[in-house]
Amino acid sequence: MKVDLTVNGKDISADVEDRMLLVHFLREVAGLTATNVGCDTTSCGACTVLLDGESVKSCTVLAAQAAGHQVTTLEGLASNGEMHPVQRAFHEQHGLQCGFCTPGMVMAIVSLLRENPHPTEEQVRAGLEGNLCRCTGYHNIVRAALAAASTAEGASA
Amino acid sequence: MIPSSFSYRRAGSVEEAAGLAASYGEDAKYLAGGHSLLPLMKLRLATPEVLIDLGGLRDLSYITDQGTHVAIGALTRHHDIERSGLLGRQLPLLAHAAGRVGDPQIRHRGTIGGSVAHGDPASDLPAVLLALDATLVARGSDGSREIPVGEFFTGLFETALAPGELLTEIRVPKPARPAAWSFQKFTQRAIDWAIVGAAVQGGNVALVNMGPTPLRAAAVEAALAGGASPAEAAGHAAEGTSPSSDIRASSGYREHLARVLVARALAEANARSQ
Repeated sequence: MKVDLTVNGKDISADVEDRMLLVHFLREVAGLTATNVGCDTTSCGACTVLLDGESVKSCTVLAAQAAGHQVTTLEGLASNGEMHPVQRAFHEQHGLQCGFCTPGMVMAIVSLLRENPHPTEEQVRAGLEGNLCRCTGYHNIVRAALAAASTAEGASA
Repeated sequence: MIPSSFSYRRAGSVEEAAGLAASYGEDAKYLAGGHSLLPLMKLRLATPEVLIDLGGLRDLSYITDQGTHVAIGALTRHHDIERSGLLGRQLPLLAHAAGRVGDPQIRHRGTIGGSVAHGDPASDLPAVLLALDATLVARGSDGSREIPVGEFFTGLFETALAPGELLTEIRVPKPARPAAWSFQKFTQRAIDWAIVGAAVQGGNVALVNMGPTPLRAAAVEAALAGGASPAEAAGHAAEGTSPSSDIRASSGYREHLARVLVARALAEANARSQ
């Protein structure tokens, strides 16, 4: 079937199998490989992207379901060569170790801060329940989320 | 993991969805948020030949005050239920429990109607709706009918919905004492299905994952109605249940959890409504 969707502001149209998952569309059709496939069972959150501005696990969304909607991946966050405030906070707070969970973590936090620009630490931890870090680097990830929220542009981005 | 091949059809209206379901028959499944069905399809435990996507039916996403009850469109997402001011005031049990389903990403996609129609006894909202005495509205080829939630769940992943019938609305009566609620859920990881869960609203008590369907804890309710203390009544929580044993818990451990969680739920509901 023909699927038209908007990824990081760019319209992409492709003929794909009806059963193609959004994460495979992003990686294999759009060529955007920041979004990782981790558990492939809706558990780990490595494949988290924004669908119409809200975090979803792209291993559990069909590309066809996203047709006509806006998808944002990690590649779509930086603007004019400037890292997004959440990306910058990960850098400054050492929020990543091996880096595999990082794109999903960043997207989950961007979505969280849109819904709750000034979360408590407890709200950040609850908001990241759907994202696993096998390096167990959670403390610095939470610290990065709180640091991003404390900057005006992080809370409004 | 990739599902086996199917044809994807997006319905533009309830009528079109019902028409597609009628023409494809048992080869077709409705797709709402997809967060129960797609994982099963990826594991090839479900292999429908046609998916009828209901995601475009925005007119089935609403929460409205109907005086004695609140009407919730079947495609209303957990995320919207969790954040509804109306539900927070009138049905805090439902708003809270919706906010405990899965994780934020899942709640951005999953819908109340999808969760109910899936008929999984380990899901949270079916038991919550049992405790709230909800009524379900389903639309079939002969028009709409109402189904009391107590008659809806007929077996493991089986419901009273006829082939092609579409769940359109959930009607939840406003409880006399909205504050007398509690929802308890025991999981290994935050995002897991409940090993056991308990929902309390007033004198109504329902259980998650204590048998092939969500259940009312009738023995607890009878004990409470007969004047037993909450702690005494909770001792009956496993009566009439038939929990399974699996990798997460034995049936005996589930029975123990039911008694503990119901005791906690009754105590919390009492404390809240004082």
